[in-house]
Amino acid sequence: MPSTPDPASWRPQPSPRPYPLVGVDLPGAGAHPQAWRREDSRAEELFGPRYWADLTGRLDAAGADIAFFPDRFGVASGPGTVRGRLEALGTAARLSTTTRRIGLVPTQTTTHTEPFHVAKAVQSLDHTTRGRAGWQVDVSADPAGYRLFGRKEVQDPADLWDEAAEVIEVASRLWDSWEDDAEIRDVATGRFVDREKLHYIDFVGRHFSVKGPSITPRSPQGRPVVVIAVTDQASRAVAVRTADIIRVAADDVDAAEALAGELRREAGDRELRILLDVDAHVDADEATAIRELAQLEEWAGEPYRGRTLLRVGSAASLVGLITDVGARPPLDGVVLRPLALAGGVTVLTQHVLPALRPPELARDDTTLRELLGLSRPANRYAA
Amino acid sequence: MTPRPKQIHLAAHFPGVNNTTVWTDPRSRSQIDIDSFVHLARKAEEGLFDFFFLAEGLRLREQGNRIFDLDVVGRPDTFTVLQAIAGVTTRLGLAATINTTFNEPYELAKQFATLDHLSEGRAAWNIVTSPDAFTGENFRRGGFLDYGLRYDRAAAVVSAARRLWDSWGRPPRIDRAAGVFAADEDLAPVDLHDGHVDITGRFEVPRSPQGQPVLLQAGDSSAGREFAAGHAEVIFSRHGTLADGQAFYADVKRRLPAYGRHADDLKILPGVSVVLGDTRQEAEDNARRIARQQVGPQTAIAFLEQVWGTDLSGYDPDGPLPAVDPSPHATITRGRVRHDRDPVAVAAAWRARAETEGLSIRDLVIAETHRQQFVGTADQVADEMNRYVQSDACDGFILVPHLTPGGLDDVIDRVVPRLQDRGVFRTSYEGATLRDLLGSRPAVSFAAVPSGPSAASGPGDPGPAASSTGRRGPVGVRG
Repeated sequence: MPSTPDPASWRPQPSPRPYPLVGVDLPGAGAHPQAWRREDSRAEELFGPRYWADLTGRLDAAGADIAFFPDRFGVASGPGTVRGRLEALGTAARLSTTTRRIGLVPTQTTTHTEPFHVAKAVQSLDHTTRGRAGWQVDVSADPAGYRLFGRKEVQDPADLWDEAAEVIEVASRLWDSWEDDAEIRDVATGRFVDREKLHYIDFVGRHFSVKGPSITPRSPQGRPVVVIAVTDQASRAVAVRTADIIRVAADDVDAAEALAGELRREAGDRELRILLDVDAHVDADEATAIRELAQLEEWAGEPYRGRTLLRVGSAASLVGLITDVGARPPLDGVVLRPLALAGGVTVLTQHVLPALRPPELARDDTTLRELLGLSRPANRYAA
Repeated sequence: MTPRPKQIHLAAHFPGVNNTTVWTDPRSRSQIDIDSFVHLARKAEEGLFDFFFLAEGLRLREQGNRIFDLDVVGRPDTFTVLQAIAGVTTRLGLAATINTTFNEPYELAKQFATLDHLSEGRAAWNIVTSPDAFTGENFRRGGFLDYGLRYDRAAAVVSAARRLWDSWGRPPRIDRAAGVFAADEDLAPVDLHDGHVDITGRFEVPRSPQGQPVLLQAGDSSAGREFAAGHAEVIFSRHGTLADGQAFYADVKRRLPAYGRHADDLKILPGVSVVLGDTRQEAEDNARRIARQQVGPQTAIAFLEQVWGTDLSGYDPDGPLPAVDPSPHATITRGRVRHDRDPVAVAAAWRARAETEGLSIRDLVIAETHRQQFVGTADQVADEMNRYVQSDACDGFILVPHLTPGGLDDVIDRVVPRLQDRGVFRTSYEGATLRDLLGSRPAVSFAAVPSGPSAASGPGDPGPAASSTGRRGPVGVRG
């Protein structure tokens, strides 16, 4: 078991807000693979804009802090669960003009994509959202994914995350490759940019090289927020070095607190936020929530087993859990993963978020970094 | 009964990263801020345009090994911007210029299918190729592609994307009672292997509203025209005079029957700019003023340096051309299309023209870089546009404004109503998708085949450009 964190080795990074951070994961019809079978699942709308705009719009209005859009390559092999998904960054971008405050964090995997494309897409999302973009970094370990690209041999986790770390390094250099004041529009000399403020990144790594600069000017946050879910030693090593937000999974809040303390020590003085993943199926009425989970499990033919703690019950009990997390400083809040998303968002927006924060606190002129209480990074290339 | 006149198709090109876009004008706004994109897109939709168009550039241009600093520099990611615009428009097509060299077909197919779903059938792909090692320095793939192979890879990538899009024969069957979400027969496995593409598996995005996005093509070589005849539904062309346009139009349209396609299935839309005035004189004065904004003194010298291959900063832009010849092999420009002719010959021709017409360096550059323009009153421009379309020089235009973001406001407010008066432009949007607006059928006729893997090997299979790659190995879909 992890030991109790040594308070001398890390210090809490004060949040600018008096309530815990709440992110929401939006995995298709829900975290439970049978969620689509519920009458209220909106399964027929999973590939259209209304479902995503409606759910994210309501979360935004209710004061949720971050919407996460998971992604990967390949489809489920059998017809019993949802097959197919939309590309996450495109989905987040589609919502950038219809939401006002919520952070939008799509997953982009680093195994098969071009680092340059990843970097400029995330950076552009930061422009289209006026500073509300993040990037959840993940790897594509599934061998089936390799066969969709046909470019390289299957890698082990250490190599995958070593590559991911290179992609993060390239992205952060590209994001800095334009100084904030590089665009000068100097009519007298005819110069649109000051090219002394544009920088080649000249990255040469084990997996690839990238020249730079970005084709996109520096974005409102300077660097969009980097998110990594710690799932193994390899992801953990990269997360403590590079992530602005670390997502953790744990069986209970005590274990999460201990793990978060360790991660903070490993991260040293770096600013970061740590959010605990919570699988949730709640209703205003506890008995209903329990009965509905039983229905999902019956369809699945097995009990639900997530990779983190599960809260099934009343909305009030989830509020209590989140409040408890918020009172343990190594943790900054939660990422809720509704087992059934469409219905879950309704409960969250009607019964959970209003109990945690007054809506008038929600301002729509802040960047995601400001909302998280993270400073805007200085440009590594600026004199 | 008089037949209905040919209808004009219009599209809006977001101002580019080159000297055509004037940033010195006080009305010029950000080329990055989402508000600029939203402004032009909403205006184009108000004007009932077919689509909004974004160009591509994946490396900042250089001259003399330094980043070129005289033009607008910097642009956001194409898919990201088009998705953002999809959220604030409802009918306007959204055209992405995406090259086939530095992208993977599986990922591209996923991105385009996502755009088509989330825009409810408004996605278009302007297919471009790049064999450019300079741009390749930003990519894992690097500058690996021989110039001669660029259309081979383009055809292989486009074919692969189409097979992926077609692999979902129909929307997923959703049967809650039976516990079936997309039965196996809804999505066929794909097995594609040739020299450029290596894909085994199932595609993860169900069939989108248009089945596949509208395809645009911008190449003008013979290979490019053939590629367009086999694949594209729109050609973004560049032919200045009426006669040139007519020759190009006839040449491309006569290639279509070989692919089982009708002349209406491929629209030819040259990129043009429009300058208006209340009188012809005023419009011409405006055009001259804009041309001088586009070619400032420093830009004129820089343009000359691209041919001479050497530093000419000591020359007076308002003076005569250099008397010295260019060095024959110098290239100092990277990241944009080069002059592929002999620089000594180009310089000689320019000097001769300047001498004959009494042009300074700047005047000469303005004359040489002049793109097709319609200049006049709104009525005159409407008449001239219509004349080009009715006399088969084109099917419409991609309008390239010189100002961000308001550069098409005038055209949409003043010329569009006059085209409508003449009965040659729509007065409301009809149909559901971009393809409906264009009135074309896709090059691969998947719609004729009800479902399943056989759809992808049906009639209208990719043409010669694609089959040349097919010779290197089997391209097929396993059912």
